Amino acid sequence: MNKLRLSTSPDRAALAALSLGDVVYLDGTVYTAREGVYRRVVEDGEALPPGLTAESATNFHCSPAATVEADGSYTVGAVTATASFRFSKWIGPWLDRSGAKLILGKGGMNPEDYRAHFVPNGAVYLTTVGYGTGALLGRGIRRVRAVHWRERLGLAQAVWVVEVANFGPFLVESDLAGSSLFERENAKIAAGLDKVYEGTRPAVMKRFGETDDRRDEMI
Amino acid sequence: MISIDSIHRTALTLMSKAAIEIPDDYLDGLRRAAEAEDGDLSAFVLQAMLENYDAAKEDGRAMCGDTGCPRWYVKLANEARIEGGPVALEQALRRATADATHNIPLRPNRVHPLWRTDHDNNVGIAAPEIEVAFEPDGDWIELTTVHKGGLFGTDYRMLFPSDGIEGIRRFYLDSLVAFGKRGLACQPAIVGIGLGGSKDACMVLGKRAACLRTVGDRNPDPKIAALEREFIDLGNSIGMGAMGFVGKSMVVDCHIEVGYCHTGGMQMSVHAFCLSSRRACARLHGDGRIEYRTDPQWFTPYQRRETVEWPPAAVTAAVA
Repeated sequence: MNKLRLSTSPDRAALAALSLGDVVYLDGTVYTAREGVYRRVVEDGEALPPGLTAESATNFHCSPAATVEADGSYTVGAVTATASFRFSKWIGPWLDRSGAKLILGKGGMNPEDYRAHFVPNGAVYLTTVGYGTGALLGRGIRRVRAVHWRERLGLAQAVWVVEVANFGPFLVESDLAGSSLFERENAKIAAGLDKVYEGTRPAVMKRFGETDDRRDEMI
Repeated sequence: MISIDSIHRTALTLMSKAAIEIPDDYLDGLRRAAEAEDGDLSAFVLQAMLENYDAAKEDGRAMCGDTGCPRWYVKLANEARIEGGPVALEQALRRATADATHNIPLRPNRVHPLWRTDHDNNVGIAAPEIEVAFEPDGDWIELTTVHKGGLFGTDYRMLFPSDGIEGIRRFYLDSLVAFGKRGLACQPAIVGIGLGGSKDACMVLGKRAACLRTVGDRNPDPKIAALEREFIDLGNSIGMGAMGFVGKSMVVDCHIEVGYCHTGGMQMSVHAFCLSSRRACARLHGDGRIEYRTDPQWFTPYQRRETVEWPPAAVTAAVA
């Protein structure tokens, strides 16, 4: 597997060189932003903290295991992503407004989101590994530069701006063409599922979800 | 008499051990999975996880940034006496949860479900969960903390006797395939299955099966033990490994617990205890001794008793 270092404000050539499944370590500055921030920026139309987008083009779907000390300083322990598919409804306008070129998170997003939003914005998705290489990622954090919007959003939803070096590992999940590593792997696994399900039987009582026609009887 | 101070201090230590040190039984299981894995992406992920456990211990930092939802399982031996009584015990565990969240640090995951209020300390309404059980002999108490991931990998279904083993197998596979894609269940996992009981008891049994039994442990009922072994192999034959990549490491172990249920039903729950299978346990004796371990030894013959009476103390002691 291919391993490489990447800036958190990468140019297009650096992004074009990434292939699905490459192992990436990041250098520079990343910031966390998840549903609280997305709602505020995308739905309420608020501006991002001044200077943030110039400082970093890397948005991490994450809340760190961190604490605020009595003197106001921050201690960051482990760092792990949160599942990204939940941010689908905001991601288009978010990429547009934040100018983010790298989205870091857990588990990737819907391939439709890559094609509709990532490709036109020249952005790619890197997934964390494991999940839960929280201690390894924690080692890559040099210092917390700022924490924005903590009062209103709380520690977990605040914007944590952190300086990182050799921060990883991450895997390239989507590329500039909008292809997806998870989609590729799912297709391979799906081919063998019928055989795995031999010797099983559908439940005698159905549930909504197995049918979306609410007029159906479940028995 | 067991002092509240020693309960608070022990609870703090347990919170830290659970968050930082992967239990040996799970680690050995994952090493075996890593050796057997031939999918290149899955093998890379498992290797990274093994390095991560080392980094967590070396640095004294939580192994995963999502430090889960801390919860407590308390065992009270019949002669145990606690300074201040059970209310003081609950308060000490809540206080230790809050203190440890700040000190380790853990992620303050717990919020109000509607207002998203966050106390930044993992304590709130009905959080942490504190479950209590009893044992017939002794003057000790046992504290077990589990920091279980809170979002994916768990499901419940009301099955019926006519669904049979084929139906159980189907729901088991459905749960693994649904939550295994993209690795949302953070597999390879210890999978716990609850069968029977009532809906709530079924969930409780399955969760305890996942979180309170160690890798390699088998149910004492030989037919259930055989089903556990079958389900390990079945889960690992899906073709899916860590992160949902092509591979064969889905299930590190499978534990099944049963409870008597309504004659017309066969409730089933499935729970995945993730790559950060965080659990730590201690026994506090009446004379002040404290023994730490990673095996909660929860399912004693007394806990699995079938009728009004239970197996004699000697049998219980041999297991505990």
